Amino acid sequence: MPELAYGGPPRDRPRDLRTSYLRDVQQRRLYSGLLFAILALLLISGFTLADERNAGGFWDGLAKLFDFPTELIAEAFEKSANLPVHLLHYLPSLLETVNIAAASTLIGALLATMLSLLATRGLARWPVLIPLFRRAMDIMRAVPEVVIALVLIFVLGGGPVAAMIAIAFHTTGALGKLFSEVNENADLRPVEGLTSVGSTWLQRMWFAVVPQVAPNYLSYGLMRFEINIRASAILGFVGSGGIGYDLKNAMSWGTGRYDEVAAIFILLLGTIIAVDQLSSLARNRLVRGTL
Amino acid sequence: MLRISQVTRRFGAKVAVDAVTLEIPEGQMVGIIGRSGAGKSTLLRMINRLTDPSAGSISFSEVEVSALKGRALRGWQRDCAMIFQQFNLVPRLDVITNVMLGRLNQRSTLTTMLNLFPREDILKAIEILERLGISEHGPKRAEALSGGQQQRVGIARALMQDPRIILADEPIASLDPMNAQVVMDTLRRIHDEDGRLVICNLHTLDTARRYCDRVIGMRAGRIVFDGRADELTTPVARDIYGADADFSEEATSTSLETLSRPRSVIAAEAALAV
Repeated sequence: MPELAYGGPPRDRPRDLRTSYLRDVQQRRLYSGLLFAILALLLISGFTLADERNAGGFWDGLAKLFDFPTELIAEAFEKSANLPVHLLHYLPSLLETVNIAAASTLIGALLATMLSLLATRGLARWPVLIPLFRRAMDIMRAVPEVVIALVLIFVLGGGPVAAMIAIAFHTTGALGKLFSEVNENADLRPVEGLTSVGSTWLQRMWFAVVPQVAPNYLSYGLMRFEINIRASAILGFVGSGGIGYDLKNAMSWGTGRYDEVAAIFILLLGTIIAVDQLSSLARNRLVRGTL
Repeated sequence: MLRISQVTRRFGAKVAVDAVTLEIPEGQMVGIIGRSGAGKSTLLRMINRLTDPSAGSISFSEVEVSALKGRALRGWQRDCAMIFQQFNLVPRLDVITNVMLGRLNQRSTLTTMLNLFPREDILKAIEILERLGISEHGPKRAEALSGGQQQRVGIARALMQDPRIILADEPIASLDPMNAQVVMDTLRRIHDEDGRLVICNLHTLDTARRYCDRVIGMRAGRIVFDGRADELTTPVARDIYGADADFSEEATSTSLETLSRPRSVIAAEAALAV
């Protein structure tokens, strides 16, 4: 009778469990119902408020929503013979934009790796400082790239370096948060195994944690790369070069340059699709093949 | 000589290990038995310093282990290898790398992180794997191996440390009887051939009896038995496991010989023995 040898008398009281569990379920349902009601209320009130304050009404504006794309596509189609020339002309700008994105993603991911390891319970080098590193990442994530870029352009002057620093700063915060969530799911047994052989903290992170989290890091990193290509293009609008600057010029002078806008959109779209395809390929290989 | 004196470990209000005092000379093979929750794992983890004692002191040949910090602590952990119930290997790294990780303490952080283990380490790791009969799995990922094979990789990593003590925390608890026997035979062989001190947590009596020279029984954080394996009689075992007259040793067994007999025979024997 192994039960007698190992276990004590059964301690659970089934009646209590039933009533308490049913009560919990009821409570949870009540809470989700309330939450849903609040959400619906917020949406409706927000919509009416926005509809009143807008210059044109929402319903009047809705009909005009497609005016701009229609005009753009019509004009681009009309001058479609120019398209290959435009594509080639804007390629160097695109490369600059992608370069800014790549450098800032790489730097941001490296910093995010360090910060996230320092901010994960169970892995942190100095557990007391976890809140400090978490707040640091929160702040980095909270400040938009455009704000940092505007400050840096004021200090350093316009150019790709300012954009790169701005995006890397924001990326560190954004990826750090995602990475530390990945770290929390890492199996701690290998870490303990390496602690028992007398390894340093860096060795434990490198050999016991990184092999586990690398595929997820990579996929988040590549997703961030896509986001950063867009961010880098947008920063062109405030004067840090790349394809965003060209897009702003082509769009703001408006009349007659919509074919160039179309070319730029095609380049951006193609790049983002390419990065997306490459990232799923790389991730699959990393998950299945050797590290 | 490993001296443990008045060592206590508390987790909140619960006392896991309660004022344990022990002396273990080098070169013994010791089995610690007891039901789960008796404090066996906590005691072993405190010797390796994965867990810090709340009170008391642990020393090994004049070195106060329980007071070590930083580099000296890591040096002690190198000398005091640990084998885990769940193997605690890095699943995605290959077997040979896993074994070489036993040398992390002797190599600089930078060279190991660049994966620049010296040639002699690689050859040594393969040699150890050959000794344990699993070298053909060397290039595979650790996660591709069976439980028994993974535990032997765990032992190989421990041997790579060239330790003075090997602590094994329930090394066979997640293995089937066949693999359990292979792993226990391996531990005993290491003890016999290298003369290393092996301390092994076990939850089955017959394994302790069969493989260990000295058996320590723990119950509720205290040591209730300490003696030669043949001094471990059925009443003593009952006391260790806190069981009544229904208790039979075979009920806790995972060994092949016991399992191969029908349950009814075991029950009848147990009834006769009482």
